[in-house]
Amino acid sequence: MTARETKISTSIDSGVAFDRLFQARGLTKVYRMGEVDVHALRGVDIDLFPGEFIVILGPSGSGKSTLLNILGGLDVPTEGQVKYSDHDLTNADEEELTQYRREHVGFVFQFYNLIAGLTAIENVALVADIAPDPLDPEEALRLVGLADRQNHYPSQLSGGEQQRVAIARAIGKRPDVLLCDEPTGALDVKTGIVVLDAIARINQELGTLTAVITHNASIADLADRVVYLSDGCIVEIKQNTNKKTAADLVW
Amino acid sequence: MWRQGLAISILLACGVATFVMSMSTMLSLKRSMNQYYSDSHFGDVFVSMTRAPSELANRMKEIPGVARVETRIVQNIILDVPQMSEPASCRLVSINPEAGSSLNSVTLIRGRLPNPTGQVEVIASEQFADAHGFQPGDQLSAIMGGRKERLRIVGIGMSPEFIYVTQPGLLLTDNRRYGVLWMPRRQLEAAFNMEGAFNDAVMTLRSRASVKNVLFRADQLTERYGGVGAYDRSDQPSHHRLADEMHQTGSMAFVTPSIFLAVATFLFNLVFSRMVHQQQEQIATLRAFGYRQREIGMYYMKLVITLILLGSLIGFLLSLPMSWWMTNQYARFFRFPTVLYEFARTEAVLASLISFVAAFAGSFSSIRRASRLPPAVSMRPEAPNADRASIVKRLGLEMYLSPIGRMIVRRLETNKRSTAFSVLGMAMGLSVLVLGSFFQDTINYVTEVQFERTQRQDVMLTFYETASAQSQHDILHLPGVTRAEYFRTVPVRLRQGSKEHRLELMGLEEQAELFRVLDDAERQVPFPSIRALTISQKLAEILDVVTGDKVTVEVLDGKRQRLTVPIARVFPDYATPGAYMNRHELHLLMQEGERLSGAFIEVDPRRLDELYAQVKETPAIAGILDKNAAHKNFVKTVSENTFVMRMVNYAFASIIAFGVIYNCALITLAERSRDLATLRVMGFKRREISTVLLGELAIITLLSVPIGLPIGCGFAFVATLALDTETHRFPFVVSRATFAGATTILISSAIVSSLVVRRMLDKLDLIAVLKVKE
Repeated sequence: MTARETKISTSIDSGVAFDRLFQARGLTKVYRMGEVDVHALRGVDIDLFPGEFIVILGPSGSGKSTLLNILGGLDVPTEGQVKYSDHDLTNADEEELTQYRREHVGFVFQFYNLIAGLTAIENVALVADIAPDPLDPEEALRLVGLADRQNHYPSQLSGGEQQRVAIARAIGKRPDVLLCDEPTGALDVKTGIVVLDAIARINQELGTLTAVITHNASIADLADRVVYLSDGCIVEIKQNTNKKTAADLVW
Repeated sequence: MWRQGLAISILLACGVATFVMSMSTMLSLKRSMNQYYSDSHFGDVFVSMTRAPSELANRMKEIPGVARVETRIVQNIILDVPQMSEPASCRLVSINPEAGSSLNSVTLIRGRLPNPTGQVEVIASEQFADAHGFQPGDQLSAIMGGRKERLRIVGIGMSPEFIYVTQPGLLLTDNRRYGVLWMPRRQLEAAFNMEGAFNDAVMTLRSRASVKNVLFRADQLTERYGGVGAYDRSDQPSHHRLADEMHQTGSMAFVTPSIFLAVATFLFNLVFSRMVHQQQEQIATLRAFGYRQREIGMYYMKLVITLILLGSLIGFLLSLPMSWWMTNQYARFFRFPTVLYEFARTEAVLASLISFVAAFAGSFSSIRRASRLPPAVSMRPEAPNADRASIVKRLGLEMYLSPIGRMIVRRLETNKRSTAFSVLGMAMGLSVLVLGSFFQDTINYVTEVQFERTQRQDVMLTFYETASAQSQHDILHLPGVTRAEYFRTVPVRLRQGSKEHRLELMGLEEQAELFRVLDDAERQVPFPSIRALTISQKLAEILDVVTGDKVTVEVLDGKRQRLTVPIARVFPDYATPGAYMNRHELHLLMQEGERLSGAFIEVDPRRLDELYAQVKETPAIAGILDKNAAHKNFVKTVSENTFVMRMVNYAFASIIAFGVIYNCALITLAERSRDLATLRVMGFKRREISTVLLGELAIITLLSVPIGLPIGCGFAFVATLALDTETHRFPFVVSRATFAGATTILISSAIVSSLVVRRMLDKLDLIAVLKVKE
């Protein structure tokens, strides 16, 4: 066992085992691309805890998105185990994964994926249909600072505003987990900060476990913990002792 | 993408295939017919008379332009067919078995030629023999010249003269009750006391002979022998019917496929332009990379060419076996002995060219529009018009909709262009279904008017020669007769200016009950005692006359009067052109007493057999027609004739409708996949997101119904105009059943397409869709 691996397992063991939300062990994901097998994840172990803000860092192709997709129930690992609370996501079928996403997960993507034909508030209200205890759509928009733009269509909003609507939509069902895949990837710095601020505020005010994928290292300053991925392996998990607010970020 | 491409090509292929198939079929049938006519020396001019001396033939031969003359004896007789209670009538035609090739020659199918001596031997026409299962060796008995004779069938044959055999005075073919027998001339002469004489002549003409002149001279020559007017091939009853049927089949083969081809091409453009529209973003990207408009245009043009070539090729390949099959079906129906198949090459090339031109014209604008857009514009999604409230909102219905419901409605309203395209596409699919199936309604309507409302008799009797008023008494005393109405028919030629038409003018009672002529509102047209004609719409068109105009009536019988008579009324009809007047006025016009040609009778159905038995023994009665049997026969004939074409049209219409809907569904899926993937990620279940897609398709399908049905009616109307021929007119009738059937197929196609698309939706790669920038 190498020094680094020891460190990782220590951090897992030191966690409070009974209230961890995610437990992943030996996650491996192999995609078959024609003749070649692509190893997106190579035996990843990780635990995530309620209310924490995680930033997953790594270069393109390091396996960040694959990890997030598996945690979010969009994909299943080729090998290994992943558990959400008492749900086993490893062997869940399509139906169970859908149910899991429906009840627990909010997603935010780089490209906002709003429904063009619905206004901001209608986009948010979509989830109210399927969530058992949804947030009032107006409240969700207020949380991301868009209360006054609720009747605008996506095409009438800027990129940052659209992304904030996407965040409001993701939290509209009061998810236990908010997973963000490059949420600022398509935005400029200023707008990116506004979006990150919204995400951080959600994390704080609602206590939602938040995981943000990025290749922008400065975003790591927002996190409680930072996970470094490279070539499908976790190379380091770091506790952030000097947590900053979005407004203080510099990149 | 390949699915869409293939679906588009198949749409086009259906249009091309129906068109080429129909054209090839018609071409082959015409060739087969001409070959048959020429092989069997079918005559050019025909003339009948009461009795003329044999020498008259030599004078006919001297008419300039006449190549060959052949004289015959033709008689109508009543037959007693074993195992058939009702009497059959037949036309006896003389042949010279010992002579070589003759005009209108009989092709022997089975058996041998009759011997001119000994027991009377005959050849039976194929249709008649088939209807009864006659074989050489079978015997019939007949009343010939007032004597009962036994006829022995020795052969089964056919002739171009009797492809259609129609009983005189009737429009209908009934091969069971009316047939043709060919008999050696010498025996016919003996039976009918016609030695050294003839009553029918056939002539062939040299090329460039003046038909009009020959007809005129033939009339002059035969007038004093009771000639009823010479006519050329176009008026020969069998050819006339055949030409008419072929014309009708041809029209059906032209109109419907032309509309199909037009619709297919239109749909091709519709679907293609939607495809281009959908790829707007890629086009913008290419433009952003510096590709020129022309280069992008070329790419799409190549795609259009490939799809059209593929469509045409599939169309040709489909049309080949189908037209071959269809030609054989029709050749059998028309009884052409040999089938000469010909592929309509010119029309095939034409169909492809039409598709090319139309597809280019149609897709050019959409390609241009797409490639011209500034890249930045086409990269932005279309925004709903926020200033104007949607229709649903204005109606106050929006609050009742769930966000998913709003999503469906809003998108349909936002993408008006796409929605309109889809609705129109499906409407076109529906319209071809109406076009492909309405014909049965028309037939049903015509049949009902003709056989139930116009003809209300049970049986129609025709007399040998005209009968006196005294015979009314005899008819009423026939077994089972409860009522009788008499008619007089006179062969006439009606003229107006340069227009003329030859027909049997029928004299009826003022308020005839058993045979009624009906007006537009289906009220009975009376025949008051005035010297005026009531003619059918078709005849009015042929003569170019309206009510109040005068026409010249040339009687082709008896004293050959020639007088001018006004048109009292014009009525709509769906059969052969007809002219009627008051019977007593007709007698006055003919300067005759009460001479009767036949009677419409009402019979106690329980005593029908008795009546038949009596009629068989009554020499004065030349023909008998059972209306109900004729009715059934008519339906059968028309259905048979149009069945193949209708089925093929319907099948293609269904494929076209399905193709359009399937394409719509594919495009909707492509355009919607991102939204649907988003919903899936959010935790919506498959069933829930398919409501978005299926709901959209359902609304489009429902919207297309009220648009497609009227368009279909429009197509059907055009088709009825094209099917308008001299012997048949088709009113524009589309029943609710047709609408329901077409709509059912549309909806079923929509359901099947939706299921296919739903399966594709289930396989949707959520992540891949969402990871791409819109």
